[in-house]
Amino acid sequence: MSLSEVEAATESEQVEQPAGNLRKEAWKRLKRDPIALVGFGLIAFFVLVAIFAPLIAPYAPDAQPGRGMITPTNIPGPSAEHWFGLDASGRDEFSRVVYGARQSLLVGVVATLFGMAGGLLLGVLAGAFGGKVDTVVMRIVDIMLSIPGLLMAIAIAALLGAGLWSVMIAIAIINVPVFARLLRGQMLAQRGSDYVLAAVSLGVRRRPIVLGHILPNSISPVIVQATLTLATAIIEAAGLSFLGLGGADPRVPEWGRMLADTQRYLASAPHLAFFPGIAIVIAALGFTMLGERLREAIDPKYRR
Amino acid sequence: MRVTDSEPLLRSEPLLDVRDLSVTFTRKGGPTVRAVDGVSFTVRPGETVGLVGESGSGKSVTSLAVMRLLPRRGVQVGGQVLFDGDDLLTLPRDRMRDIRGRDIAMVFQDPMSSLNPVVPIGIQVTEVLERHQDLKGETARAAAEELLFRVGIPDPRRRLKEYPHQLSGGMRQRALIAMALACKPRLLIADEPTTALDVTIQAQIIELLKELVQDTGASLVMITHDLGVVAGLCDTVHVMYSGRIVESAGRRELFGEPRHPYTGGLLASVPRLDAPRGAPLHPIPGSPTDVLSWHKGCAFAPRCPNRLDACIGGPPRLESLGDRSLRCLNPLEQNEEVPA
Repeated sequence: MSLSEVEAATESEQVEQPAGNLRKEAWKRLKRDPIALVGFGLIAFFVLVAIFAPLIAPYAPDAQPGRGMITPTNIPGPSAEHWFGLDASGRDEFSRVVYGARQSLLVGVVATLFGMAGGLLLGVLAGAFGGKVDTVVMRIVDIMLSIPGLLMAIAIAALLGAGLWSVMIAIAIINVPVFARLLRGQMLAQRGSDYVLAAVSLGVRRRPIVLGHILPNSISPVIVQATLTLATAIIEAAGLSFLGLGGADPRVPEWGRMLADTQRYLASAPHLAFFPGIAIVIAALGFTMLGERLREAIDPKYRR
Repeated sequence: MRVTDSEPLLRSEPLLDVRDLSVTFTRKGGPTVRAVDGVSFTVRPGETVGLVGESGSGKSVTSLAVMRLLPRRGVQVGGQVLFDGDDLLTLPRDRMRDIRGRDIAMVFQDPMSSLNPVVPIGIQVTEVLERHQDLKGETARAAAEELLFRVGIPDPRRRLKEYPHQLSGGMRQRALIAMALACKPRLLIADEPTTALDVTIQAQIIELLKELVQDTGASLVMITHDLGVVAGLCDTVHVMYSGRIVESAGRRELFGEPRHPYTGGLLASVPRLDAPRGAPLHPIPGSPTDVLSWHKGCAFAPRCPNRLDACIGGPPRLESLGDRSLRCLNPLEQNEEVPA
């Protein structure tokens, strides 16, 4: 070993330099990931469309520029005047799809936030206390998970009465057990870690250990799950609206409801099913792409 | 309240008195494992005691049992751990929690995993101060800065804001030592604090511990498999094998005249700088898994060069031999060459 090597070795305490925060590193990976960027782009696109809907849409969502031109057998398809064609009431389909982004994103975001909040609460309870609390909470979660999600959402929304809030609450509730179980598993895994033992050995109380140490280390997968849940929430919201559980107001455009309204004209005007359908798919795809890649960026187990 | 004055009368009284400690792990459908089996030792104020043994000898479990940090499920702890007259094993949980970090603190093996990766160093240090000394806000931050400075972390103000991965291994261990010593505990338990570090850093950390323990008058229990660490640091040494203490002696006596064949084997296996080039190392034959259970005979017998037939006839007792205690039927002769 040469002298300089020896010096380097003795100085190794200073040499080792930060490789960047774990989250920063995940962020860096994400920024270089084309699929994540596409997903992010799609989400940004839909968010912008939702915000600037009045500027983008040529007509109000309840205006009927094509009134009088419409007969049940003749619903004009896409044209230069009406990009996505007209619907059965003579309304501009493009404007309605654009305004529909508002509803879908709103339902998706609110339902996901509520579901996550409920799941965090239950997950922290189960993960922090263990024992009987854990058993009770997790059995409830198991029961909820054993019922097919959409079926339960339909039941809850029907019970609450049709409406936007019913849809949001129903979707939130079916996502609570997903978040609860995920967080509990993460917290249980963290509970046995060395830094928790070290904190306990220094007399730190249970609450700061749970909230200050275990929770921050368990939250990343929950954020990933939230992104993925946004995608399914949008689809589920469309599904509930399709079944007539959405809003009562037909003037407020909602993609799922637009699909439902188009059933009778499917043969004569397939464009009415195509455009809202593709909007749902693309919005959900955006969240899924970002969520999947976020998961891979954060969780080393998923890294290829 | 802490008794800070080291009154001469208290000097002889042990600060920590571990009596007949045993730890048994039971698993459903699995065998019961007695990891610690009737271990007794004392630590006087200001004394540095070494617990030595190879992996699986029960030294870490002993320390966790003393701190009551073993999981409750599947673990039975027996015996007494008297600290200042209180039996830590039967103390109410709240009082035990108050003692941890304030009166007894611990430094662990792996400084990377012992620090919370997503919380800045500063918050982790001040947390202990807030918990036990009611320091808040700026006062706590200043105290934390002072602590980091004392353990030799340069630019402590900046380091407080950094995350564990931004510190080197040695600095992380220094930060953990700072946390452990934050409330001036009377007893520090260091569980292989240098194992995960570079050799050059190891010496620095040992020096630091020595210095801090001297400055604060704290007692130190050093758990290690590294005889070099023991030689430089400990007043008294207990050698553990398969859950029991096999030899206890002062540092000088132990290194000068190891009597237990296991101690002798450990010493002989240390590579020597003055050995001729190409000379073979002297490992202890066999592995720690070749054990006899203690109630049948000496657990070390299967690997022991001095084995007699009587060794596997029954459990050897820990006998007091003047300045040391020894658990062996056929100890090494005084000044006998250690068998290679």
